[in-house]
Amino acid sequence: MMLGAKVSVARALGAIARASGRGGGTSLPGMLLQRLDRDAIGTLARRLPRGSALLSATNGKTTTAALAANILAKAAIPIVHNRAGANMASGVASALLDAVGPKGTIKGELGLFEVDEFWLPSVSAQLAPRSLLLANLFRDQLDRYGELEAIADRWAAVVAAAPGELGLVLCSDDPLVADLGRGREATYFGVRDDRLALPEIQHAADSKHCRRCGAPLQYLAVYLGHLGRYRCPNGHDPQPEPTVQAVEVELHGVHSATFSLISAAGRAHVELPLPGLYNVYNALGAAALCLSLGVALGDVVAGLQDAEAAFGRAETIAVDGRALSIMLIKNPAGANEVLRTLVLEPGQHDVLGVLNDGIADGRDVSWIWDADFELLASRLRGVTCSGTRADELGVRLKYAGVAPEKIAIVGDLPDAFDSARAAGNGTLYALPTYTALLQLRGLLADRGVAARFWR
Amino acid sequence: MAENPTLRVCALYGELMNIYADRGNLLLLERRCRWRGIGFELANATLGDRLDADAHDLYYIGGGQDADQRLCAADLVEHKAPALHAAAARGALVLGVCGGYQLLGHGYQLEDAWLPGAGLVDLETVRVEGPRLIGNVAIEVDLDDGPKRVLAGFENHAGRTRLGADEHPLGRVLRGHGNDGRSAAEGVRRGGVIGTYLHGPLLPKNAWFADWLIAAALDTGVAELGPLDDALEDAAHAAARRAAGIAER
Repeated sequence: MMLGAKVSVARALGAIARASGRGGGTSLPGMLLQRLDRDAIGTLARRLPRGSALLSATNGKTTTAALAANILAKAAIPIVHNRAGANMASGVASALLDAVGPKGTIKGELGLFEVDEFWLPSVSAQLAPRSLLLANLFRDQLDRYGELEAIADRWAAVVAAAPGELGLVLCSDDPLVADLGRGREATYFGVRDDRLALPEIQHAADSKHCRRCGAPLQYLAVYLGHLGRYRCPNGHDPQPEPTVQAVEVELHGVHSATFSLISAAGRAHVELPLPGLYNVYNALGAAALCLSLGVALGDVVAGLQDAEAAFGRAETIAVDGRALSIMLIKNPAGANEVLRTLVLEPGQHDVLGVLNDGIADGRDVSWIWDADFELLASRLRGVTCSGTRADELGVRLKYAGVAPEKIAIVGDLPDAFDSARAAGNGTLYALPTYTALLQLRGLLADRGVAARFWR
Repeated sequence: MAENPTLRVCALYGELMNIYADRGNLLLLERRCRWRGIGFELANATLGDRLDADAHDLYYIGGGQDADQRLCAADLVEHKAPALHAAAARGALVLGVCGGYQLLGHGYQLEDAWLPGAGLVDLETVRVEGPRLIGNVAIEVDLDDGPKRVLAGFENHAGRTRLGADEHPLGRVLRGHGNDGRSAAEGVRRGGVIGTYLHGPLLPKNAWFADWLIAAALDTGVAELGPLDDALEDAAHAAARRAAGIAER
């Protein structure tokens, strides 16, 4: 069977699966296509005239890819993009499958794919990308991904196997990621604004040691987790100077951030409609990737400035007259940034925390003890804990210093949502884990809100 | 219990051996002491530091990534093992969790290296071909010849630990893998030296065991500590048991 025929079969079967209501519409057709043709990803990707750009990270993949897609739209470069966040090989294959037009042509010039950090080696080998953005590595779902160093070693093998012309884009502020560029050309991005520095490195921080000699790195400034300005006390491999920088960063609560973007293409003021320093890093990664692809600085700024939050990544929606802000939490570093951003908002807050222990969340919920819920302790009017491990979230908050009488445990999500909405006033902040986010989305859909996320 | 008791805890390599949120274990000990008016002191002994055998009531070693565990194993033998032996001999508690548990024994045989341990208990760990042992776990423990109780948690380890003939496990596996996935033994206990693969972290899921440790370290009984309102803690314990597939009796 020729590839064209296989494409038709995979599409038809995918359509049947979707019509039967079994879901899986974003990954299933691609999975079928890969079964029919093991080299389908490579064969289809080679038809993209501008090649493909891949990006991976522990945190921020979906948002960074969405920002890059917005920038590329300003530059009028048609892309093929796994927009729905299905980021294993099957998700990439599905996105390519969706883009196949008549006679096997592909509707798009450039592939833009976010890739799960564990799947990066196999997807990269099949796709042979022209650009690769690697943004950060944090402690995440150890039961699923294994140790951080093991992921870093896999990434190093990807970089080592790539041809010299690969456009490598790396975060200078993450020592583990910056080290991947040793001995080759790379574009580095980073924050340079020490007013944002934390008083000390967060206790859950990883990779605080020189990859060469094992000595503890000296931090001149810690911006986020183990990201910052650092040096090895024994003088190994000085931190690469970022050529794409954010300076004069201002964080405006849970709504937005502004910064000056410095690059070889010039300097520009950016008003980013996404909150928190973590989104400044996402914006920098997207900017560095697109600049390295030759996009003009004006398009980069325009693309960043009218971005929309991805679902569950700090977007605010109105539900029956009360604002609901949903912020995904799934690992200590990401949760810490969400909490840090949330407490930028003045006053006392009402929070709905939803902790699930599904496979996609990580069955092991120990990570909540590494997240700094202490930041919330004095700022909560009330908190409703829900999800399959609601009780343990309640215990975590109690030991973080939240008075037990402010903690309500309602395991069932629809009930928890209703009781949280009935309590307190002002914005309700929902902090769900990944599968809880999907459940929340379903719940909102059932109630006729948030329909814009089903494009 | 003394007039103004204080629990003095020393975390070994707290900034390196903390991979499975070991902070949660220390936090349980701290809060449950303070809520009862018991003092709490936390010291950290890291690479190169000398360990004081008399200054602490409970010595804690958590889990770490391979590279960190190697650094700590070498340092443990060079700088801290004799003090740990002396501390255990005078009745102090030593609690090792996951990677810290592996370091309490003779050592850990990796593919390419032998990591020496503190030799506090007669056990050895080997890394074998085969999957990591990962998942929710529940064990039955019998700490004071009283009624048997359940510890619930999460395990995630590549090593298989074998106990010497005269060594006793901490508990019997009800669900999960335990020391080696075969023997139904989990952890080790010799007097005040306790090792376990249960993280998750261990104590937030088993507040009763936090109290047992506090009482034992202060050389008193759990009843003398006085009760706390543990409604949330009890619910979290029940949820951890359910996750492991063991319903509350």
